[in-house]
Amino acid sequence: MSSILKKAAVVSIPNVRQALLRSNPVLANALLAKRAYNSKNGVEMTVRDALNSALEEEMTADEKVYLLGEEVGQYNGAYKVSKGLLDKFGPKRVIDTPITESGFCGLAVGSAFSGLKPVCEFMTWNFAMQAIDQIVNSAAKTHYMSGGNVNCPITFRGPNGAAAGVAAQHSQCFAAWYGSVPGLKVVSPWNSEDAKGLLKAAIRDPNPVVVLENELMYGISFPMSEAALSKDFVVEIGKAKIEKAGTDITIVAHSRSVGFALEAAQLLEKEGICSAEVINLRSIRPLDTETIINSVKKTNRLVTVEGGWPQYGVGSEICAQIMESEAFDHLDAPVVRVTGADVPTPYANNLEAYAFPDTEVIARVIKRTLNKKIGA
Amino acid sequence: MYARVSARALARSIPSKAIKATPARLTHSAKAFSTSALSMDAPKKKERVKVHFPGALDSHFSQVLEIREKMEPIDTFRVMDTDGKVLDRSLEPDVTEEFATKIYKDMLTLNVMDLILYEAQRQGRISFYMTNAGEEAYIGSAAALDPEDEIFGQYREAGTLLYRGFTLDQFMNQCYSNDMDLGKGRQMPVHYGSKALHFQTISSPLATQLPQASGAAYAIKRSGKKNCVMCYFGEGAASEGDFHAALNIAATTSAPVIFFCRNNGFAISTPASEQYKGDGIASRGVGYGMHTIRVDGNDVWAVYKATQEARKLAVEKHKPVLIEAMTYRVGHHSTSDDSSAYRSKKEVEDWKRHDNPMVRMRKWLESKGWWDEARENAHKSQQRTAVLKSFAAAEKRKKPAVSEMFNDVYDKLTPNLLEQKKELEELIKKYPEHYDTSNYAKEN
Repeated sequence: MSSILKKAAVVSIPNVRQALLRSNPVLANALLAKRAYNSKNGVEMTVRDALNSALEEEMTADEKVYLLGEEVGQYNGAYKVSKGLLDKFGPKRVIDTPITESGFCGLAVGSAFSGLKPVCEFMTWNFAMQAIDQIVNSAAKTHYMSGGNVNCPITFRGPNGAAAGVAAQHSQCFAAWYGSVPGLKVVSPWNSEDAKGLLKAAIRDPNPVVVLENELMYGISFPMSEAALSKDFVVEIGKAKIEKAGTDITIVAHSRSVGFALEAAQLLEKEGICSAEVINLRSIRPLDTETIINSVKKTNRLVTVEGGWPQYGVGSEICAQIMESEAFDHLDAPVVRVTGADVPTPYANNLEAYAFPDTEVIARVIKRTLNKKIGA
Repeated sequence: MYARVSARALARSIPSKAIKATPARLTHSAKAFSTSALSMDAPKKKERVKVHFPGALDSHFSQVLEIREKMEPIDTFRVMDTDGKVLDRSLEPDVTEEFATKIYKDMLTLNVMDLILYEAQRQGRISFYMTNAGEEAYIGSAAALDPEDEIFGQYREAGTLLYRGFTLDQFMNQCYSNDMDLGKGRQMPVHYGSKALHFQTISSPLATQLPQASGAAYAIKRSGKKNCVMCYFGEGAASEGDFHAALNIAATTSAPVIFFCRNNGFAISTPASEQYKGDGIASRGVGYGMHTIRVDGNDVWAVYKATQEARKLAVEKHKPVLIEAMTYRVGHHSTSDDSSAYRSKKEVEDWKRHDNPMVRMRKWLESKGWWDEARENAHKSQQRTAVLKSFAAAEKRKKPAVSEMFNDVYDKLTPNLLEQKKELEELIKKYPEHYDTSNYAKEN
């Protein structure tokens, strides 16, 4: 209990700079993107366009791939991720559905049982709760229950996590929900390369894959490497990426939090406080514990960052995995989780800002962890 | 301006349209409105004006406030009476002796198998079972399908698998979850599945198979194959959201799927009268803009004919069809249920005596000279021997290999699964006295 209280206190410390960054997450991330990468070829792409090109490339490569969901066709998708796909592939491959998540999700699952490779878009993951039985009880388990006879090569995708100003029922992270289900693979991209490579990998994977995108990242541009521009580019599911190498502390994050973690790391490095290693999880399930363990063995300290709730969250799982691994003996300080506050997301701007971790909070937690020593 | 419009003018303009809604259409609607309208001067007939709203393009404007309570109830199609006599000679089934007797033999075999497995559950030899008694005529629907039509069952459709050639051994192996079970011992008894026979693995959560059937139908339509999907469910499942989602999505995607509702009067203990209001399940099909048939579900030939026609619509015109087969569940819901708690034994006995699908089919066959007492007894005893033999063999077989616990969660074992597997293997090896695996099949 005490650690949760402490965390809540950490999350809710007001700060002017913090509030500024919060009020303009796009700016914060854009600045960060520029700093984190030196684009060699000078090509940049928004996360939205990266997802769009992943869809287009996979639909071109495989006739069995098709997209369905609410407003994905004529309207080009609620967030324009499917822009131009109806024109290019026609209504047989891009299907506008009625507003019944359980209906079109179930249809997608059934068509996957019959050999198609559907990409099932949820306008946001919040709405997928209407169809979660289809995802958890049918898509995830049928291969197992059928004795390996029936495959379900399906991709579920849509924006996940907190968006801006849409309050409790539209701002929440489902990583822990889907991340706990055997039979599902779950990925959570941060930048454009992640988005393109993971979505393409998800579509090609013979298993059901949940792709947790982030609405606030759609419009942000990131550099794309030469390799990432290729139609053969995929990011392996189940492998994390060390975004920034470091020696003093390990920060593990996924989705939008990776940007904040990187910024906090750079801030502290500039101030000469520490060299932090930042791991972008990329996959929630399978979880790349090996990369985290190896990093912790090197840095001896660990902080996890996520936008989801603290209890039973991604950070909690990482803590448990570290406890059970040889990395535990290498820890110099207790692991700390930086998470969203344990409340439904409030609507009012000022309250919403306090509900989620950002650069300042992460930097503060890193400093505190650096000053701690087990047994001291 | 308003003051200038005379009362007479108003009186003329309002009822002139009101009267056009023909009284016949208003049987169940607000009569007070139409009566008052009729009392006005009878206006001349005018063209009915169609609405221009995008949501209901076939509707007409009307000045009669219609509060509709009911539609005309949908008739129940029947070929035979309860004595197996064909009621209309034009409906006499045009089938061979071999075809007709196969259907009946499968119905009998299903009965024999149900009896033995039900008792086996009662003796604690298998954990769970569901019988088909009273609803055997649904095999007529299987007979109307192409063997490559995809079937999505609910759980009480073992007869369709039997009809397609699922062997007694395969049934028994599944119920005993042994090493020969196609599902590798991962599901409760009666959750059969067969890729070879185009029978999708049974899924326990109610009604989830319905939207999936629409999806499989969509895949068939895209492939250009001349097939359809058959999806079975009960009237209780039709209360689930997935039923409505599935019908709407099938209608809007023009999916070649037949939704076959076995309306057997009970959802476990809940009688149909408490399950829904309105004219059964069939009336909803019309509401979703679907072709709909209601059929006597205890009449094999009516079920066969209805499914044949539905299949034509699905395969040739890519139209989804809803069939509501009216029947009565004679057995308990499952071995976890005792139906005497909510219905009298007499009621059940009356149904068995007065409207029995087995008796109706048998009498029809006898009238053709294709069946008799001797054949009945011979088939029953032959099948009883076969089931018992298969049953004993399945009971003796080893359980699936330990590694099957981890296989098929994904196409390949993921690192965490490999780790778990290794841990278990080490435990088994280290503590053989606590982990007796002698009853498990050998690892490959």
